[in-house]
Amino acid sequence: MTKIVVVTSGKGGVGKTTTSAALATGLAMRGHKTTVIDFDVGLRNLDLIMGCERRVVYDLVNVINGDANLKQGLIKDKRVENLFILPASQTRDKDALTQEGVEKVLNGLRDMEMEYVICDSPAGIEKGALMAAYFADEAIVVTNPEVSSVRDSDRILGILSSKTRKAEQGEGDIPARLLLTRYSPERVDRGEMLSVGDVQEILAVDLLGVIPESQAVLNASNSGAPVILDLESDAGLAYADAVARFIGEERPHRFLTAAKKGLFGRLFGG
Amino acid sequence: MTVSIEEKASFEFKGRMLMATVLYLKDLDSRSLHQQISQRLEDAAQWLLDAPVVVDVAHPEEASQVELLTAVDTLRGLGVNLVALARHPELDDQVAAMLGLGSINLANGRDVARSEPPARTGNSKSAPAAAEDTLVVEQPVRSGQQVYARGDLIVLAPVSTGAELLAEGNIHIYNTLRGRALAGVRGNEAARIFCQDLDAELVSIAGHYRVAEDLPDAYRRKPVQMSLDGDAMCFADLMGKS
Ligand SMILES: Nc1ncnc2c1ncn2[C@@H]1O[C@H](COP(=O)(O)OP(=O)(O)OP(=O)(O)O)[C@@H](O)[C@H]1O
Ligand SMILES: [Mg+2]
Repeated sequence: MTKIVVVTSGKGGVGKTTTSAALATGLAMRGHKTTVIDFDVGLRNLDLIMGCERRVVYDLVNVINGDANLKQGLIKDKRVENLFILPASQTRDKDALTQEGVEKVLNGLRDMEMEYVICDSPAGIEKGALMAAYFADEAIVVTNPEVSSVRDSDRILGILSSKTRKAEQGEGDIPARLLLTRYSPERVDRGEMLSVGDVQEILAVDLLGVIPESQAVLNASNSGAPVILDLESDAGLAYADAVARFIGEERPHRFLTAAKKGLFGRLFGG
Repeated sequence: MTVSIEEKASFEFKGRMLMATVLYLKDLDSRSLHQQISQRLEDAAQWLLDAPVVVDVAHPEEASQVELLTAVDTLRGLGVNLVALARHPELDDQVAAMLGLGSINLANGRDVARSEPPARTGNSKSAPAAAEDTLVVEQPVRSGQQVYARGDLIVLAPVSTGAELLAEGNIHIYNTLRGRALAGVRGNEAARIFCQDLDAELVSIAGHYRVAEDLPDAYRRKPVQMSLDGDAMCFADLMGKS
């Protein structure tokens, strides 16, 4: 059974692509055959984060249009077994994403016995985002701890409950979980950001994980290696936890509180 | 609301909101339209006849002016009170005027313009005590969603900023109200709003409204009931006088 997962947010720049890359890589590292698809036609980004931008020949739209078959479009990751990337096209417009076309691609991935297909949604609630979500079995809503991002996520949650194929066929809502990213406990303490509790109260959905604001994410995208490969970093570890929870393991949440000063720091007020 | 009115003003803006029903036409075939609408009217959807109705078309890019004209004629023939046509970039600006209708921008209201609750919510069967037209919503009402109840509306989950509850009768929210709640939308001035945690953007009874800014501080984030006394919105502790 292939599970199709949409990574979405409403608001732009909150960490969907970072999350899609980490989640897909994390699942593949655990031996699950996974493809990650960039639905951001016109603003492709995922190939950079995955470090395969120099190997792109065909893209999602080529495969939809039949210029290339699925096998030609998929890029096999060089670091991790079982991981494939289907990049977006930089040049075409979003109208190329038809429902039939997307379905054809997803069916092709089912035939290849992918266990997970991660759909990296563009921002907004326009066609690209709707197409990325339409066939999903499950959603991950990426949110930053600030009011506008939370509100957009709320809107997306509402749209997910009516605009997926499952909803249209009367199978009800697809399960949706919250991933809170760029979390900075220090800034929460200073009242500059919403806390995990605040966001959960407003959105009323299950929490998949909290990813701290981290320099490691920037380093990772500069070097074209998803941050989950950096298991020395807080963000890498937080993503690894989220992947574990995603497949049903229990993990306590970490990185929720500001780093405590060491014993000496506390004793001597350093 | 304070509006400074000049001496001998010949007009006055009333703090009232007009509720309109949006009729979303999925196709413009006038025969099936006639048949289905008259069916609905027989099934006690008489409210359709006095509510002001805004017509919106699902496929404006495919709608010919002739089709629109016959569809609008059909609706008028059935007594539907058409007031406006929803604006679309694909529709010529002149079309609404040609149809004798006003023109209204529903913004990105595609999923707002629905007078049914989100698919998963309507669940009056599991609420034994509920009267016939009572709608019970157990799922969060999210930004951009609108729930309309012909009678009372009971919501057990949070109502987000940007969400809208509309009821011809009372509204009960056993959770936090961050969005809008409009009770008595067809003019029932005896309607009330009961709310466990008031953090609303707007509350309204029979068209008399208060926006967030004008909510009395003493009742913010508290359990509150709201009712109408003449033109004035009254707030009271939900648990009675304490
Ligand atoms: N946990 C984090 N810590 C620090 N920076 C982060 C974190 N997550 C994401 N970023 C940074 O935020 C920016 C946006 O991230 P990303 O491209 O993943 O967002 P997106 O939601 O996919 O954006 P878009 O809506 O444009 O597709 C990037 O510069 C990324 O490096
Ligand atoms: Mg992105």
